[in-house]
Amino acid sequence: MARLVVESVTTVLGFPLSLTVEPGECLGLSGASGSGKSLFLRALADLDPHQGKVCLGEMECANTAPDQWRRLVGLLPAESAWWGAQVQDHFDPSPACLFLFEQLGFSATTLTQPVQQLSSGERQRLAIIRTLSVNPRALLLDEPTANLDKTSAERVEKLIAHYRETQQIPVIWVSHDPQQIKRVAHQHWHLQNGRLQRAQPTDQRG
Amino acid sequence: MDIILLTPFDLGLAASLVILLAIFSEYGRLKLGIGRKLVIAAVRASVQLMAIGLVLKVLFESNHPLLMMLMATVMLLMATREIAARQEMGFVGWWGFAIGGLSLLLSSFLITLFALTVILSPTPWYTPQYAIPLLGMLLGNTMNGIALALDRLTREVVRERGAIEARLLMGHSWQMAIQPYMREAIRAGTIPIINTMAVSGVVTLPGMMTGQILAGNPPGTASNYQIMILFLIAAGTGFGISAGVWLASRRFFDERQRLRLDRLKKRA
Repeated sequence: MARLVVESVTTVLGFPLSLTVEPGECLGLSGASGSGKSLFLRALADLDPHQGKVCLGEMECANTAPDQWRRLVGLLPAESAWWGAQVQDHFDPSPACLFLFEQLGFSATTLTQPVQQLSSGERQRLAIIRTLSVNPRALLLDEPTANLDKTSAERVEKLIAHYRETQQIPVIWVSHDPQQIKRVAHQHWHLQNGRLQRAQPTDQRG
Repeated sequence: MDIILLTPFDLGLAASLVILLAIFSEYGRLKLGIGRKLVIAAVRASVQLMAIGLVLKVLFESNHPLLMMLMATVMLLMATREIAARQEMGFVGWWGFAIGGLSLLLSSFLITLFALTVILSPTPWYTPQYAIPLLGMLLGNTMNGIALALDRLTREVVRERGAIEARLLMGHSWQMAIQPYMREAIRAGTIPIINTMAVSGVVTLPGMMTGQILAGNPPGTASNYQIMILFLIAAGTGFGISAGVWLASRRFFDERQRLRLDRLKKRA
């Protein structure tokens, strides 16, 4: 169980952002396109140079090997990208992973399918499984259900909630949908003009 | 067999063909619009070749190692500049030149040195009559290969940024993340020399061999020289490309293994 503490993290956009997410808690983050939400998540995953401090429990980003840090914080980018030809080239075929496959409506045969034949929604769901498959200790989700229909989106919401609760990990969930943030998050922050403002309080869940 | 000397009139006859092509491209149906470029390139080639003829004359007569070194350095710098100029996107700052220059140095120079000291062993080993043409052929070919490979690598990395970062996010190292694109780039750069070797003597008679035959050397000697040159070029191109692709790949990532496309800039 580790708390995610972000202190004055500054991306190329030049404004510092700070926030704290408790273990097992989900923070909903909204903001107009171009407000810097994705860049913020990328900085937390140490994909871009940034200033400030990011800590997950005892671990600090700057003092942790980059590959280890990225496995710890589990960033799911808004656009999923693939490097191998088949789905299975991207996963460890562990039992836990196959369980996730079932949870999001895939079967074992999906593993041998060419990635190019999948729809964007399928790819998005597989990307979520891929992110979870390395057993991250925090989740940074950049519009995880943007390409999904309602049923799939609900499945994803349920799966993430389950993972967050059982593993007691902090989650940051970027979404353009205030209703979704209401459903999945414990606190809702809105990013505007380089400042985080607390949106109306959401229902406590979890 | 005496060599037939070319007079300015002979060169003029050859030039008239280029001018004809230029006129055709300007006023022909397709309006190619490359006439001006063609003429400029032809004039450039003539001036450069005549100048190098004069320089080589001085060099051959003096046979001085310092002059040789100067000449080799100038050739290296020109090839380095050419590699940088051929990239659609290159690294900002001196890295843009250093990668090409270092790879050329590691391949062309070392292999020329090897050929001069171990294979040919003229006395002295830097005899310009051997050293300059060898270095020139190696630089020219490795330069092409390195430029091709680096251009390919950069395009692939920019296009596959998402996939590379997805692998970094899975905890893969930068080497693992970029490996498929390194392989692509090295392959793209070495294929021309492999193809050249495969057809030489059957479809094409390579330039050096042609030159030696025209100069009256026995075809057997010309073949032997050509074979040696092809091998040197193949090795130089392969090693040079590998070095260049590795250096560029390393430069794409920083100490935190982040993919740094901000280190690239588009060339005008």
